[in-house]
Amino acid sequence: MLLYFIKRVGLGLLIVMLAVTLLFLMIHLVPGDPARILLGPRATPELIASMSLQLGLDKPLPVQIMMFFANLFTGDMGMDVITNRPVAEIVFGQLPYTLSLIFTAIIGASLIGIPLGCYSALNRNTLADRVVGILSVACITTPAFVVALYSLLIFAVHLQWFPAVGAGEKGDFWDQVSHLVLPAFAIGLSWVGYLSRLVRASMLEVMGENHIRTARAYGLPERVVVFRYALKLAVLPTVTVIGVGMGFLLSAALFTEIVFARPGLGKLIFDSISTRNYPVVMGSVLISTILFVVSTTLSDLINAWLDPRIRASL
Amino acid sequence: MLQVIRRICSDPLGLIGLVLVVVLVVSAALASVIAPYDPIALNIIDRLQGPSFNHLLGTDQLGRDLFSRVLYGGRVALKVALISISIALCVGVVLGMIAGFGPRWLDNIIVLLFDTVRSFPTVMFALATVALVGPSLSTVIVIIVITSIPTYGRVVRTQTLTMKTNEYIQAERVMGASSFRILSVHLLPNVVGPLFILASMDIPTVIALEAGLSFLGMGVKPPTPSWGSILNDGYNLIRNTPWPIIAGSIPLVLVTLGFTFLGESLRDLIDPKLRNSL
Amino acid sequence: MSENVLSIRDLSVNYQTDQGSLQALRNVNVVVPKGSIVGIVGESGCGKSTLISTIIRLLASNADIPNGEVIFEGRDILKLSEDDMRALRGDRLSMVFQDPMSSLNPVLSIGKQMTDIQYRDKKTKAQKRQRSIEMLDSVGIPDPASRLNQYPHEFSGGMRQRIAIAMALQAEPSLLIADEPTTALDATLEVQIIHLLKQLQTDIGCSVLFISHHLGVIAELCDYVVVMYAGEVVEEGTVSDVFKRPQHPYTEKLLECDPANIAKKTRVLPTIPGSVPDLVALPAGCIFKDRCDAKIERCETLRPERIDATEHHYVSCHLRSMP
Repeated sequence: MLLYFIKRVGLGLLIVMLAVTLLFLMIHLVPGDPARILLGPRATPELIASMSLQLGLDKPLPVQIMMFFANLFTGDMGMDVITNRPVAEIVFGQLPYTLSLIFTAIIGASLIGIPLGCYSALNRNTLADRVVGILSVACITTPAFVVALYSLLIFAVHLQWFPAVGAGEKGDFWDQVSHLVLPAFAIGLSWVGYLSRLVRASMLEVMGENHIRTARAYGLPERVVVFRYALKLAVLPTVTVIGVGMGFLLSAALFTEIVFARPGLGKLIFDSISTRNYPVVMGSVLISTILFVVSTTLSDLINAWLDPRIRASL
Repeated sequence: MLQVIRRICSDPLGLIGLVLVVVLVVSAALASVIAPYDPIALNIIDRLQGPSFNHLLGTDQLGRDLFSRVLYGGRVALKVALISISIALCVGVVLGMIAGFGPRWLDNIIVLLFDTVRSFPTVMFALATVALVGPSLSTVIVIIVITSIPTYGRVVRTQTLTMKTNEYIQAERVMGASSFRILSVHLLPNVVGPLFILASMDIPTVIALEAGLSFLGMGVKPPTPSWGSILNDGYNLIRNTPWPIIAGSIPLVLVTLGFTFLGESLRDLIDPKLRNSL
Repeated sequence: MSENVLSIRDLSVNYQTDQGSLQALRNVNVVVPKGSIVGIVGESGCGKSTLISTIIRLLASNADIPNGEVIFEGRDILKLSEDDMRALRGDRLSMVFQDPMSSLNPVLSIGKQMTDIQYRDKKTKAQKRQRSIEMLDSVGIPDPASRLNQYPHEFSGGMRQRIAIAMALQAEPSLLIADEPTTALDATLEVQIIHLLKQLQTDIGCSVLFISHHLGVIAELCDYVVVMYAGEVVEEGTVSDVFKRPQHPYTEKLLECDPANIAKKTRVLPTIPGSVPDLVALPAGCIFKDRCDAKIERCETLRPERIDATEHHYVSCHLRSMP
């Protein structure tokens, strides 16, 4: 078991390193002087010269990569070309907003999606089940930014139930919550559909298994059989799915932050592109990728830990 | 083929999907014929009108007819989807086969490459690329190709690995058949089914991705209409009029729904066992 | 004759399928006298599983029961409400299934499963655990107290089946139904489990309904045997009556084909040619006619009645009911 942990975490690290290398290479694959590209329209000969020195552009490529990694290790992702603040500081300053948004969306989607899936499985092939099924598909396929636009249009602009812009006053908890509602809804809606279908399929599979038949043969009340025995097993796949879904969640968060003008990684990337602030773009993408890899690794590990069958086979 | 269509029609959702897809393809192909106006023609006098007999979906802030723009936007969506998925399929199939059939070390490298590309959240990767090379439709296509290759590559690789240990494949190798022959004659037909389903389920994702990138201004260059750019205009006008948002979103949602229903119907037809894995 | 703990009378069960109504059981009669072990033998598709599912009333949703009674301890359980039925399950009536790996919950410890099924008892958790430890001990699990916290996959196949038996007998039911409990085990384990069942049955005094297709086991363990074919009971009686003086051609064939019975060394094992008939489109006449060597004209069109061949040895065959 420990060996599996180590191997899996090792793989995660390897992938992060490869991703970082890829990002690094992207800057260098583009025709032109990397320093000039990074500095954008503000490039003056002096700034180019100092940045070239900083990036070590005169040194061979492998050495540059090593320098890049070495810098990353100490948390140095370069400097913002406009304000000259460390990129790391800027990115980590915005990260909490994105994290709280994603977290809220996941919780909300689970609270609705899991019971919905359970209900569908228990009432399979009834009208309610079919309707939920179609609605789930509709939720999954509708792009997140469309949902964001409509929630903005209907609930913020027309009905004015929720604020349309920003994350709320720092320190005012309820204000921040009211600013979270619509964006979390926009991201969470497709997850409700996804989780409901997943839980439905998983429940149906578990309910058909022999040990459920045994539980019934012992006269255990249906409530116990369904909720304590079947649902616990059926919910396991949702953990893995959320881990892998982090990529989708980050992308959806990006759009949502932009639509609702909410601070976060997504908005940071978008704004930085407009201002040609490439170090910040690269830094934010890097952090998002690391987040994604961490989340998939974690979910694999949690899944292995939770299911005693997998534990035993390791 | 006819039998397949007939069976899809017997499934109500599949039928709806088929109809929606056909409507899209036809309207996109015939856009120049159906569209009442030139999609990029300015007409400032008639700007920001709601739906009317003259303008079925109203006009945008530059007086352009939204209905015509939506029709032409369909062209962009279809073009991006078809081109990018075809290329990704070809490259993915080749890489997958090499990974499955070739030496272990090559397999490990290819899988590692796949996993690395997959570790980027798609839109973030897209933005990082656009930041460096600038926005354009070709950039969008390249991004989609790169991020889609691992999806197809993995499926092909798994199939290839399973086939490699099949007895009749081993028999063929003993008889001296070349790898090329084995791959093309035995593997390809087996892999076509799942790939076809995967690709058709991928189309809505790709269309949504193009729309999203164009919405952010990272895709089509104005004044080319794309559903995403219409939505962008709509976003800027959200306090004035909801019609651009409605105009841009309806075809997007209907088309993605249509392809999804159709894809699921196809999947259930070809192999219901895939229900849980695809 | 002593009182019967289970008395199945004229039971028929159908499944509604796309192809039509599948007649899985037709006019089945089975009795289990108190304190006895009754074996049910027959090949796959003979209706054994349907019979058991009907007794514990966990039939599939497309099943219906056009006629019959299942009298358990004096009550027709087909007429019981679901709550009353549930009260019986695991308490007066319990089951051991064929595959102990899949019939035990893989993510709960043995202890949790064994205490959960004691949910009716007003005992403390410690008392329930103690009871479970006693049961595990009685089925021969070494060091039961510590093993209570382990999971099913941590035990061997034979031990898992012992645990399943311990669970089934924990509440000291009147009737234990064992559905091919040794089919998934190898021969040595099979012998052990059979001996265990025999001993426990004597200790606890319950009755057992034992389903198997292994004739040797039935002969070793059971007092009575019921032979089923394609949804009907073709012969029933004491084990010695049926196995020494088989009355039905099918029983004769079964005995011939049993590898243990083959005296001469041979490469070719005898089989019964043909296959089980279609239960949706039932042919007229005797159900075994297509595979029977001794078929007569009457067998084609007339269904044989259940008659008494000798004292309490019943058979449904035209050959035996000749005047």
